[in-house]
Amino acid sequence: MNASAVPYDKPFALRLLKDMLRIRRMEEEAAELYGAGKIRGFLHLYIGEEAVAVGALHALQPDDAIVATYREHGHALVRGVSMNAIMAEMFGKQEGCSRGRGGSMHLFDAATRFYGGNAIVGGGLPLAVGLALADQLSPEGISYGAQHRRRVTACFFGDGAVAEGAFHESMNLAALWRLPVLFCCENNLYAMGTSLARSESQTDLCAKAAAYKVETLKVDGMDVVAVHDATRIGIAHVRDKGGPFFIEFQTFRFRAHSMYDPELYRDKAEVEAWKQRGPLHSYSARLKAQGMLTEDEFLACDAEAQAEVDASIAYAEAGAWEPVEDLMRDVLTPVGGTTS
Amino acid sequence: MKTSYREALRAALREALQDDPRVFLMGEDVGRYGGSYAVSKGFLEEFGPERIRDAPLSELGFVGAGIGAALGGMRPIVEVMTVNFSLLALDQIVNTASALRHMSGGQFSVPLVIRMASGAGRQLAAQHSHSLECWYAHIPGIKVLAPATVEDARGMLAPALADPDPVIIFEHAQLYNLEGESNHVAPVDISAARVRRTGSDVSLITYGGSLPKALQAAELLAGMGIDAEVVDLRVLRPLDSQSIVASVRKTHRAVVVDEGWRSGSLAAEVMARIVEQAFFDLDAPPARVCSEEVPMPYARHLEEAALPQAAKIVAAARAVMGK
Amino acid sequence: MIDFKLPSLGADMDEGTLLEWLVQPGDEVKRGQVVAIVDTSKTAVDVEIWQAGKVHELIVRPGEKIPVGSVLATLLEPGESVPPTRQAPVVQTIKTEARRRVSPAARKEAETLGVDISLLAGTGPDAAVTLEDVRRAATVKPPVQAPVVASTASAAIDRNAEMRKAIGAAMSRSKREIPHYYLSETIPLRQAGAWLAEQNARRPVTTRLLMAVLQLKAVALATRKFPEMNGFWQDGGFKPAPAAHLGVAIALRQGGLLAPAIHNVAEKTLDQLMSDLTDLVKRVRAGTLRSSEMSDPTLTVTNLGEQGVDAVFGVIYPPQVALVGFGKVRERPWTEAGEVHAIPLVVASLAADHRVSDGHRGALFLAEIHELLQHPERL
Repeated sequence: MNASAVPYDKPFALRLLKDMLRIRRMEEEAAELYGAGKIRGFLHLYIGEEAVAVGALHALQPDDAIVATYREHGHALVRGVSMNAIMAEMFGKQEGCSRGRGGSMHLFDAATRFYGGNAIVGGGLPLAVGLALADQLSPEGISYGAQHRRRVTACFFGDGAVAEGAFHESMNLAALWRLPVLFCCENNLYAMGTSLARSESQTDLCAKAAAYKVETLKVDGMDVVAVHDATRIGIAHVRDKGGPFFIEFQTFRFRAHSMYDPELYRDKAEVEAWKQRGPLHSYSARLKAQGMLTEDEFLACDAEAQAEVDASIAYAEAGAWEPVEDLMRDVLTPVGGTTS
Repeated sequence: MKTSYREALRAALREALQDDPRVFLMGEDVGRYGGSYAVSKGFLEEFGPERIRDAPLSELGFVGAGIGAALGGMRPIVEVMTVNFSLLALDQIVNTASALRHMSGGQFSVPLVIRMASGAGRQLAAQHSHSLECWYAHIPGIKVLAPATVEDARGMLAPALADPDPVIIFEHAQLYNLEGESNHVAPVDISAARVRRTGSDVSLITYGGSLPKALQAAELLAGMGIDAEVVDLRVLRPLDSQSIVASVRKTHRAVVVDEGWRSGSLAAEVMARIVEQAFFDLDAPPARVCSEEVPMPYARHLEEAALPQAAKIVAAARAVMGK
Repeated sequence: MIDFKLPSLGADMDEGTLLEWLVQPGDEVKRGQVVAIVDTSKTAVDVEIWQAGKVHELIVRPGEKIPVGSVLATLLEPGESVPPTRQAPVVQTIKTEARRRVSPAARKEAETLGVDISLLAGTGPDAAVTLEDVRRAATVKPPVQAPVVASTASAAIDRNAEMRKAIGAAMSRSKREIPHYYLSETIPLRQAGAWLAEQNARRPVTTRLLMAVLQLKAVALATRKFPEMNGFWQDGGFKPAPAAHLGVAIALRQGGLLAPAIHNVAEKTLDQLMSDLTDLVKRVRAGTLRSSEMSDPTLTVTNLGEQGVDAVFGVIYPPQVALVGFGKVRERPWTEAGEVHAIPLVVASLAADHRVSDGHRGALFLAEIHELLQHPERL
C-alpha cells in the first residue's frame, strides 16, 4: 500500500495530513468530553475513516454541495466549518454551527453548502438528488452547464444505507434524470452491529449502483491518496458527462458505533488488522519515506492540530446557552427571514 | 365565474408555472397521463418535461428530491397521488422537511409545496380512503392546508409557494367536481379559518370534504329552528384557535366534524382548544362527528355508515342543543 | 328482580324530581301502594307501584332529577332471594348529593347576574342548567311563592313558571296535532235542579251533592254509547278506554290547573262521586295526588260555571280525544210546549278529535248527555 509515491506537492500533501490530524485530535477530545458530560446525545466518531472525508472533500469546489450523515464531524471540518463552531455545537452552545439545535449529528453550514448532518440512515440521498435536480433546472445550474462545469452534490452515506429503499430510489432517480450527484459510500463493513455479509445478499456495492446504470469505482478508503484520486475521477465524470457517479470507499471505524458498545459483533483481531492500516500513520510513513515529511514536522502538525482543538474547547466552554425564551425560534421562517 | 374545484386547481398551477421559472411540478403521472385527477392535463405540452416531471413510483425518493430542490433554490410542487402513498414519504416529510430549518439553527428553509388527495366516499376501500390530515397537522415546521371551496382551490397555491416553509395541501377527492363561484383576483390568506355560514345556536367546525356535509346539516337544522354557524378551518396547521374560540363564544356550543378517525383526531385537538380557551363560554359539552374506527370498508352502505354524514351532524347538533 | 321505573304522569312530563321515599329496603309492597313522592313540573305526586314485592334497593335519592323511565328502585319478586353478587356485607350508606349539571357558561353568567342556580330547572342536555335558563331567570321576577305543595324540597322551584311551561307544551302539542271540532248544546236542568234540591234538603251540609257530580256521571254514562269520545290517540290510532276515568279540571289558587282522574265514574254512585270529588280537590290543593290519578284520565270535563261564563270550548289534553265543558247554570227563559218558563239552563260543549269522531257523532253524544240529565234519579 505504500508502494506508490504521493503525487502531490508538499503543501497539499501536508494539508491532507493536517486535516486528518485535526479530525483525529478533535474527536479524541470529543470522546473525553463526552465522558466528562460536556457533550451529550449520540456521538459517532469517525476515527479510522479520516482519509475518506479528507481525500474526497479536497476534490470538491467551494460551490459544490455536501450532504452527510450523523458521523460527519470530519466532513464539516474539512469542508471549512470552523472547529470552534463544531465544538460549540457539540456542547449545545448558541455559537455552534447549528445554534445548539442540532448537536453532533446535525452540523449545518450554509456558507459552505454543507447540508448536514442527517441522522436517518439513507435520509440524505433523496435530498442530494433534489439539490442536483435544482442545479440541473435552475438558471445557475444551466449557466454552469454552458461553461462546461456543473455544480456537484456529494452525498456521503454508509454501507447500511444501501439496504434502504431511499438508496435505490435515489440511485434510480439520479441515473434516470442524469443528475450531477457524486454518491460516496463509506463502506466500513458494519451497519451499527450488523456486518454487510449478514445484511446484504449482494455485498458488492458497486454492483448495486451499476444495476441502475451508474458508473462506479471501488477504492481503498484507508489511503487518502487513492480516495482523492478516485474522487477527482468521479467528479470529472459528473461535471463533464452529467449524470451520477458512485464510489465505494472501503474503510473501517476503529471505535464503537456510537460512544460505547461492547463490540460483540466483530473480532478484536479484525479491528487490530485494520488499525495496522490506519490512515494517519500509513500516510505519514509514506510521506516520510518520500522525504516530504520529517518527524519534527509531523509533531509540529500534530501540535498545531491539538492547539486548535484546545482553543475550540475553550471557545465552546465560553459559549452561551441560548435563552429559553428563544425556544420556539426557527420552527417556521419568520416573515422576511432567510430562505436558502 | 362558475368553475369547478379541479379547474380552479389547474388554473392556480398554471399561473404558478407561468409566473415563476423556479416552479416545477413533480409526481407520479403528472405529465403524460395528465395527473391522476386530471388536474395537470395538457401541462406537459405547455411547459415541457423538465417542469412537468413524471416521477417513478418512489414517493420517498421524489418527495426527498423535492426537499433538496427547494433547498437548492427551486420552488417545487410535489404531487403525491393520495395521502395513502404519502406514508411512503413520511420519513422525508417528518424527519427532513419539517426539521431542517430548526436543526440547522435557522440556516435552511424548505420552500416546498406538497399536494395530495385525501378522503373517502368513492368505495376505494381501506388503502385509498384515508383522512390523515391530522398526522401532518401534528408536526411543527410544516403548514397544512385543506381547501374546501373553489375559491380556496384557486387561491391557496400562490401563497403556499410564496411561503418559505414546507406546505402540504390536502385536496379531498370528493371535492374535485365541486362547482362554485371563483372571482379570483388576489390570493387568499393561508392563516385563518373562515365562517362559511353565520349562526347563533351552535358552531359546526370542520374542514375539507366535510364542509359540504356541514353546510347541508346546517340547512336541515335551520328547518328545525336551530341556527348553526359553520366554520371552515382551512388551515390545519397552525390552527386558527382565535376564530374557533370566537365562534364558540358566540354560540356557546360546538360540534366538530372531521373525517379522520376519532381517537387522536384533529377534532380532538379542536375540542381540546375549545375546552382550554372557551370553557366558561360553553353551554353544553362539545361533540364530535368523526369516522367510525374501522378500516374503510368497500361496500357502499358500510362506507356511508363509517363516514360523517349530514344526518349524524344534525343529530349531534340537536344533542348539544338538548333537543 | 323488578325494576321500578319513573312512570310518565302525563304527556307533558319528561322528568321528575324524587322528593321522598315512603318505603325502605326490606319493606314488602303491595300492588297499588304509594311508595314515593315525585315532583313533576306541575305538582308533587304520590307514585304507586303496580307490582308486589320486597324493596331491594333504592337507586334514586331524594332531590335527584331523573328522566321518565329511569329505574327508581329494584324489588325482589315474591319468593326471590337477594342475588349473591349484590349481597354486600356492609350496607354502604354514603350520602352523595347529586351534583347539579350546570354548563360552564351558565355558571359564569349566573355569577354575573346574581342568579341562584340551585333555584333553576335545567333545560339543556342531561337536564343541565343552560345560559338561557339563567338569563330567563334573571329577567323574570321570581313570583311570590305560595306554599303550593307540601313538599319542602321543591318549594324553592319556580312552580308557576314551570307549570305554565308544562301546560304550554301540552296545549301547543294539542293544537299542533289534534284537529279539533267544537259543538255546543243548551241543556235545561229543571228536573235535575229540582231533584238536587230535594236530595240536598235531606242531607247534612257535608254530604250535599253538586250539579257538577250529576254532569260528571251523565258524561261518563254517555261514553258507553259513544266510546270514541273516551280513550287515547296513540301510535297513529285510537285506543278506546275500557272505563271512564274522568279528568276533572281543577284550578289552583295561585294559577294553573290540574286535571287528575276520578276513576270508574260510570260505575260509582253520586254519593261516592261527590266524596271523591271533594277529596280530589282537597288533595290537588295540598299537592298529594297519586301517580295513577295524574296519568289515567280518559276524558276531561271542565266546569267554569263558578267563574260565570256561559260556555267553555276547551283544548283537548293529549293523548285524550275529547273534552266536555260546562258553563254557569243560570235561570233563563225557555219554551216548553208553547209556554215560556224561567228555568235553569247550562251550555254543554264538546271539543273532539276529528281523527277519531266527527260532528254527527259528537252531536249525538251531547244529545245523550242532555237526555241523561233529564232523568237525575237514574244517574
